[in-house]
Amino acid sequence: MNIVLFLIGIPLVSALLLSSISNQIVRGMVVRVGALVIAAASVYLAYLYIGKEAAFFTIEYPWLEHGIFWAEIAVAAFLLFNCRSIIKSEFWIPALIVAQAGISIYCEYGCAKPVVEHNLYIDNFSMIMALIIGIIGSLIAVYAVGYMHDYHHHNPGMKDRRRSFFFVTFLFLSAMFGVIFANNIVWLFLCWEVTTVCSFIMIGYPKTPEATRNAYRALGMNMIGGLGFAIAILYCMKAPGVQTIELDHLIKGGAAVALIPAVLISFAGLTKSAQMPFSSWLLGAMVAPTPVSALLHSSTMVKAGVFIIIKFAPVLQGTTAGFLVALVGGITFLMTSLMAITQSNAKRVLAYSTIANLGLIVACAGVGTYETVWAAILLVIFHAISKALLFLGVGTIEHKIGSRDIEDMEGLIATRPMLGLVMLIGIVGMFLAPFGMLISKWATLKAFVDNNLTLAVIVAYGSAPTLFFWAKWMGKLVSVPAVVKKIEGKINRDEWTALGILAFLTIAACALFPLAANLAIDPYVQALYGKTLMLSQGVVALMIIMLGLIILLPLSVFYYRGRTKPVTAYLAGANLDGSASFMGSLGTAQLVGTRNYYLSTFMSEKKLFMVSVILSLSLIIALFTVVSL
Amino acid sequence: MKSIIAALAFVVAAPFLGGLLAGIDRIVTARMQSRIGPPLLQPFYDVMKLMGKRNVVVNNFQNFYIICFFTFVVLTGILFFAGSDLLLTIFALTVAGVFLVLAGYSTNSPYSNIGAERELLQMMAYEPMLLVAAIGMYLKVKSFHVHDIFAFDQPLIVYLPGVFLGFLFILTIKLRKSPFDLSTSHHGHQELVKGLTTEFSGSSLALIEIAHWYENILLLGLVYIFFAAFHPIVAIAAVAGTYFIEILIDNTYARLTWRFTVVSSWVVTLIVGVANLLWIAYLH
Repeated sequence: MNIVLFLIGIPLVSALLLSSISNQIVRGMVVRVGALVIAAASVYLAYLYIGKEAAFFTIEYPWLEHGIFWAEIAVAAFLLFNCRSIIKSEFWIPALIVAQAGISIYCEYGCAKPVVEHNLYIDNFSMIMALIIGIIGSLIAVYAVGYMHDYHHHNPGMKDRRRSFFFVTFLFLSAMFGVIFANNIVWLFLCWEVTTVCSFIMIGYPKTPEATRNAYRALGMNMIGGLGFAIAILYCMKAPGVQTIELDHLIKGGAAVALIPAVLISFAGLTKSAQMPFSSWLLGAMVAPTPVSALLHSSTMVKAGVFIIIKFAPVLQGTTAGFLVALVGGITFLMTSLMAITQSNAKRVLAYSTIANLGLIVACAGVGTYETVWAAILLVIFHAISKALLFLGVGTIEHKIGSRDIEDMEGLIATRPMLGLVMLIGIVGMFLAPFGMLISKWATLKAFVDNNLTLAVIVAYGSAPTLFFWAKWMGKLVSVPAVVKKIEGKINRDEWTALGILAFLTIAACALFPLAANLAIDPYVQALYGKTLMLSQGVVALMIIMLGLIILLPLSVFYYRGRTKPVTAYLAGANLDGSASFMGSLGTAQLVGTRNYYLSTFMSEKKLFMVSVILSLSLIIALFTVVSL
Repeated sequence: MKSIIAALAFVVAAPFLGGLLAGIDRIVTARMQSRIGPPLLQPFYDVMKLMGKRNVVVNNFQNFYIICFFTFVVLTGILFFAGSDLLLTIFALTVAGVFLVLAGYSTNSPYSNIGAERELLQMMAYEPMLLVAAIGMYLKVKSFHVHDIFAFDQPLIVYLPGVFLGFLFILTIKLRKSPFDLSTSHHGHQELVKGLTTEFSGSSLALIEIAHWYENILLLGLVYIFFAAFHPIVAIAAVAGTYFIEILIDNTYARLTWRFTVVSSWVVTLIVGVANLLWIAYLH
């Protein structure tokens, strides 16, 4: 138990420490040491609990109960204070905050509180999440030390508020550990709200008008979900036959007892995971510094949403409500994958792909059988690693080439080979066999075919655009420009550490995933459902063979060395300056340039968005109708 | 053991069969156009000649992707003929396709670049139908393993006529037949020169051609499993008939745009493929 408390406490202590340090070098050291301790502690926790049965802990500090309540009030007060700079059309945000605080107060004073036996717990799924938060989260924090230095160098006009930046980063890590370890849903709710606050502060970090508005949008949308969560807590306290606020009791209770709170909390999960129709806040969140996008808006915080839906998967299993939740995820997966095609801004592509993958996870969780839960957890792991790598890679590239447009990344593999390679590893990790996400997609498809044909067809359609937008990005990276100037340039050591380890993890996770599945996912699914998915050895062997091929085949470059004759590309005219330009018909030099397809005349982001909002909104209305009947 | 032999047989025999198929294809096509056509073995002569030519490149990486493409096409075939998981086979084929696309991008020549973009669009067009076909077979056989599907005692074509039709539609794309030969074509006089393969020559181009033969045999293998429960002669006749229809389509249609390719493939997949799935799942 101590290690669980340690994991929640250490980031909190580091956060407080960081808020008082203004010296850059000292702060950098504290961040690195703090990150290392957190990562080590999460590995130690995994060592202690991997493969074991879920353990529950009693916390016997009566003052803590009140402390949690007052912390909730403090969060509400902080947010209300911040709402003094809202604009007219955002009037509903403070209203939501007040409503939530009202429910909290009513729960504290107006209800008979159910006795809580276990406030904290750890099982194999929260252990996996702890590893993700502990290792990937820490790496991103270390990366941020180098990145934020460059960031302020590139934005000289911006006020340096790095003290609060790192305070919030570590506060966030603490809150995330709280989310995954809390068995008392009131505690869980507090941590949930703290992550919303962190996100709000971080999106507003650049303090530009755009950033401020986007921060409020993120806050507002998450508050809608938060209200759902608060109502769920109220329901659990009041409703006859429920009267428990312990997560494990609710899950054990199944659909007969816990369907309503499960749906309300899943709704909160949908907003947190930026599912349709709430996707716009995550797109807006991309104005934040890139480490923030990596940490909060792709690898960890948005995972809290799917985490809680996966937790409730046994309750949702086989219900109409669960099917509707799954459909919201499925629609989100398909539509945002299509929208990603129309984008050339790298961060927006990553954001859309994040939403799409979260959609796939939601779809798995909503179906809620043992196979889909298994696939969902695998998706969570692989997505966290590859996406963190990609975001951080884009962050570094942006500082090096001064653009986050994919078109400007042409030939990165030739001009900055290491950085290009890192990006390629991240991208293949997202969509190509035998890497992580593809294995997960395979498991997902198999699981859907048995349980839900509609979703299987949606996945079949949704994978195609995924292939398109990733492959064309890869194409840009590998297209060697006519005139190559190799300029790797110096990359900050902190940034390299994070990029290098994440790239290694992406490949290692592919080779080691059967082991991880065996040690952690199987026991969790087994304990919940009494059975689990077994990977056939043939499949594992095949993945290893493919991985081996992809690692070995680059050696073939040596075979061709000296056996080829270099020429310039064919331009249907007289080439000038290699194949960089050619002599046009009017005797002028014409520059050669290639651009990717964005299919903008074929489909537009706006129209796709409108269609998906209508679809998903009707699904959500149907969801609440079904539950309230 | 049987599966290892089948896989080995594929590795050894597929290039010969594929080459012969290409020869027959050219003769039949010529007859449709009232020409005599080349000798049956012409494709082999072509490839051998390419092998002896100098390898002219734009950059030193481009051939690497071609080797990857070739390797993964062969691997896909091995997986299929060894009776492995059909979904994984499709994913391996996708990997091969992506490597070919990267080869096109790598040269950064305008023609091969647009060819690569179009190849990707084609992949986007046919991918759903491939997966729908696999799902359809699963619904009937209750297994994704090719050897189970192959050994299934009822002819799949009877239960999956819609899926077969949809598959036939995208087969035209996969075989690089007109009207869907957008990214590269057998004829060197299209608007994109040779499209995707414009900058490849000598042994690399030969490798692309051989990979293409391997791929064609693999695709015909996929057609075969729809008829696998019939007598082998009937099944092979059905496969031959299918290929003949593809040649006929090739010679009667002009090339269409990528828009039409993507939209029509997705719509056909939905109307005949997915409808067939629903029929199997809920009425059978």
